[in-house]
Amino acid sequence: MPTAHKLQVTTPSDREIGLVRTFDAPLTLVWRCLTEPALIRKWLLGPPGWTMSVCDVDLRVGGTYRYEWRNENGSTMAMGGEYREITPHERIVQTETFDDPWYEGDALAIAVLVENSGKTTLTTTVRYDSKATRDGVLQSPMEDGVATSYDRMDDVLAELA
Amino acid sequence: MPSDPLTLTFSALADPTRRAILQRLARGAMSVKELARPFMISLPAISKHLKVLERAGLIERSRKAQWRPCSLHAQPLKDVAAWVETYREHWEGNFQRLDAVLDELKSMERSQARAEQ
Repeated sequence: MPTAHKLQVTTPSDREIGLVRTFDAPLTLVWRCLTEPALIRKWLLGPPGWTMSVCDVDLRVGGTYRYEWRNENGSTMAMGGEYREITPHERIVQTETFDDPWYEGDALAIAVLVENSGKTTLTTTVRYDSKATRDGVLQSPMEDGVATSYDRMDDVLAELA
Repeated sequence: MPSDPLTLTFSALADPTRRAILQRLARGAMSVKELARPFMISLPAISKHLKVLERAGLIERSRKAQWRPCSLHAQPLKDVAAWVETYREHWEGNFQRLDAVLDELKSMERSQARAEQ
């Protein structure tokens, strides 16, 4: 049973949101979870009831990615973007655009991985075009899934048994 | 000029001097002069900050020209905290699932290593 690591949400500047989280796993595995579609769709979800219907990744500079989610009511959400920088096991910089934009403009997402004693810290910074956009994102209620807990470890362990 | 409450609150808090003013006022009401004392900036500059905080509903001026925090208006700060919390919960959920996926992968690696022995 891994230690529960705490997620930190930061605002490094007036147009950025930062997320910092440590995982009990080596860099190589965390990298795979960030870049392989079969693995991404297991965790990059929303509130319960949403699944990833599309997860396409063309992992190279200039390549694109596309994520689509669908929930039990048939609602959908989609986003995509382009990879600007890729340093394997270290850093990914990608643009982020939602199909039905719930904020104006594009955002730039920067993910950095650092390993220490077998644990990997992921720092993701999303940089919005403007401060007002960033504040709007922090304001959005992410409709369906407020205050639900997502402990899926039991399910996965059961799968492995 | 933005006028929605959350934008005003964020703008009000997005300045270290204003945050320090709020902290000082948390100890009790004070006049502009008293408030300004620890800061190396002019009284008019402090007044400007006070206006921003007032417009965001975070402080108010009493009849005796004493500035104090609005206990009734602590709501803007609570609202900000609530929204940041929602965002954090969303990502907490994702990362807990990622924990589970990583555990699966580690188990698989260990099984493979044993199988190869």
